[in-house]
Amino acid sequence: MDLAAVFILEILYSIAVLVLISAGLAVVFGMMRVINLAHGEFMMMGGYATIVAVQAGVNVYIAMLIVAPLVVGIIGLIVERLVIRFLYGRLVDTMLATWGLSLAFTGAAVMIFGNTTTGVSTPIAGFTLGAYQINGYNFFIIIVSILLLVAAYAILRGTRLGLVARGTMQSADMAAALGYSPDRVYMSTFFVGSALAGLAGGVLAPLVGLVPTWGSAYIAKAFITVISGGASIVLGLLSSATVFGLVSQTFTFLSGPVIGEVALLVAAIILLRLLPQGITGRFFKGRL
Amino acid sequence: MTISRRTILKGAAAGSAALASPMFIRNAFAADPIKLGTVFDISGIFDAYGKPIDMAVKLAVKQINDGGGLLGRPVEHIGYDTQSNMALYTQYAQQLTRQDKVDVVHGGILSASREAIRQTLRRANTLYFYNIQYEGGVCDRNCFVTGVTPAQTTEVQIPYTMEKWGKKVYILAADYNYGQLMARWIQKYFKDGGGETVAVDFFPLDVSDFGSTITKIQTAAPDMVYSALVGGAHLSFYRQWAASGMKSRIPLASTTLGVGSEHLVLTPEEGDGIVVCYNYSPELDTPANKAFTTAWADMHGAATVPNIHELAVSNYQGILLWAEAVKAAGSVEQAKVIEALDSGLSLDGPAGKVTIDPKTHHATLDVHLMEMRGQKLNVLESFGARQPIDTQLVCDLVANPDDNQQYEIDI
Repeated sequence: MDLAAVFILEILYSIAVLVLISAGLAVVFGMMRVINLAHGEFMMMGGYATIVAVQAGVNVYIAMLIVAPLVVGIIGLIVERLVIRFLYGRLVDTMLATWGLSLAFTGAAVMIFGNTTTGVSTPIAGFTLGAYQINGYNFFIIIVSILLLVAAYAILRGTRLGLVARGTMQSADMAAALGYSPDRVYMSTFFVGSALAGLAGGVLAPLVGLVPTWGSAYIAKAFITVISGGASIVLGLLSSATVFGLVSQTFTFLSGPVIGEVALLVAAIILLRLLPQGITGRFFKGRL
Repeated sequence: MTISRRTILKGAAAGSAALASPMFIRNAFAADPIKLGTVFDISGIFDAYGKPIDMAVKLAVKQINDGGGLLGRPVEHIGYDTQSNMALYTQYAQQLTRQDKVDVVHGGILSASREAIRQTLRRANTLYFYNIQYEGGVCDRNCFVTGVTPAQTTEVQIPYTMEKWGKKVYILAADYNYGQLMARWIQKYFKDGGGETVAVDFFPLDVSDFGSTITKIQTAAPDMVYSALVGGAHLSFYRQWAASGMKSRIPLASTTLGVGSEHLVLTPEEGDGIVVCYNYSPELDTPANKAFTTAWADMHGAATVPNIHELAVSNYQGILLWAEAVKAAGSVEQAKVIEALDSGLSLDGPAGKVTIDPKTHHATLDVHLMEMRGQKLNVLESFGARQPIDTQLVCDLVANPDDNQQYEIDI
């Protein structure tokens, strides 16, 4: 009984992590069709922003939830103005440019922080559930992910801002004809996407040993989740994260982490073979 | 005396032969330096290992020269930074043997880098020292290994932890040759001591989420967990283990934590109480280590003393051991130095006594059981003269001096 509860918690946590690491990419790639290969490095910078802020005496929650997204969002803004805005609609060129950026960011982090592992401790203590000890921080990550999804849905669905953003992504010319500058909409969307990547990096930082190459471990999973999710941002993210989280945790639990990773990839291949447009290309069509 | 064309040609031939083989000529001039070549990753992803090693090499060379050099000649250090790039190892090894014509090479950090240069140096008859702890099994008369091998430390660590904590172990290891081999040694020593391995889990190097593993460990309820996890991503395990409150419930021991100064990254709450076993800790309370850390602080600054790790000290000792052998042989020639090393030469270094085992060209070393406490590796107990018993199982250079391979040791 306890084991079942712990197992369910682990699955929820795994889904939450996938949502968290993919949210920024879902905005940048899913909405804007920009293949941002530097997504992992945006997360890495969020992690370092958190650690630097904590070491400077900032409260750890403020560092994770405010400083990290803000810093990475601003870096994203600069990147968009200097590089990305010239490359909208040119898929291969953006791949090349952002891949170069990812190398540059990793190199910069090595120069600034050195090629060593750093980190902060988790701010929440573990607790007991029946016969098991559970990492209390897992709950925090689950809650952050839920809030993130709810907020994204509410903004895209309920606000004028979300409507304009969705409209611009659908037809930039039409949005321009109605008096909205697509340039500015793209800019702010990229800012939001980068900030979300920064948030993911910040929130995950206390769980790991942070190295400059940390981001590359997440980039593949993030892309798989977003692409398998399909056209709808919120529902796509949630549905594909649920499938992959469930599959990878179940197999990790039954055998080991290697098989868990393999199972995730196999599930992705099967899913994309059966549903080439992603989950939301078939189900929940036209929903957010 | 008339000078014929023939005598001039003879003289020219002798002169050019002398130029082509500076080895002979160099010995004729007392002030000519002895050349010590090194190849280490001082930058790139392995720089956490390589930088302190480089500092240790510089300290050793300085101390030799301050003491009047070797055989009345100064020692010149020719070092190349391989930038964590395996291809550069081959290139620089060629350069050291052909162009710089060094008398000895100390170098290599990863096993892959050692295997990249070992044959080059053997062919060039250049003496080679690999001063790093590794998985064991190299059998090559030209190659001396002064680092510890798995059996030397686990042989001590496992009986200690079994007596202290119990008989059931859960093993976590990195999924490459080191982790796989280490897991086998751990299982062997638990079996020998009447213990039991409840499970072994291997992790690819980029895994950083250990949540389900921690649950699995609790389900298996072992008396202790042994970790042979490697690298930055795997450091997450210790963090998540502490965060879930497991540290007070099931004790941890590791065969890797601390080699790259990881105990400085983990907070005391995360690291305290983890039992490890290595050849060296900066906290060793011996006169030799005091002298060493003082000399280090004088040369590189006191702030870098906590960064001194086992790999750096092994290289420091390796160089001093080579220097002793040169003194004993009265020559830097490869054959004579090997003979001197094989004569059971030993050195009292900062990590304890180092003696070359002539059968394997590995070292008999002291190992120290340590416990992490307050971001330090505090020594619990020291064990003298541990033989490289794993490599001894497969390698006998006295019987087969021409052997040249790395054995995989069957346990």
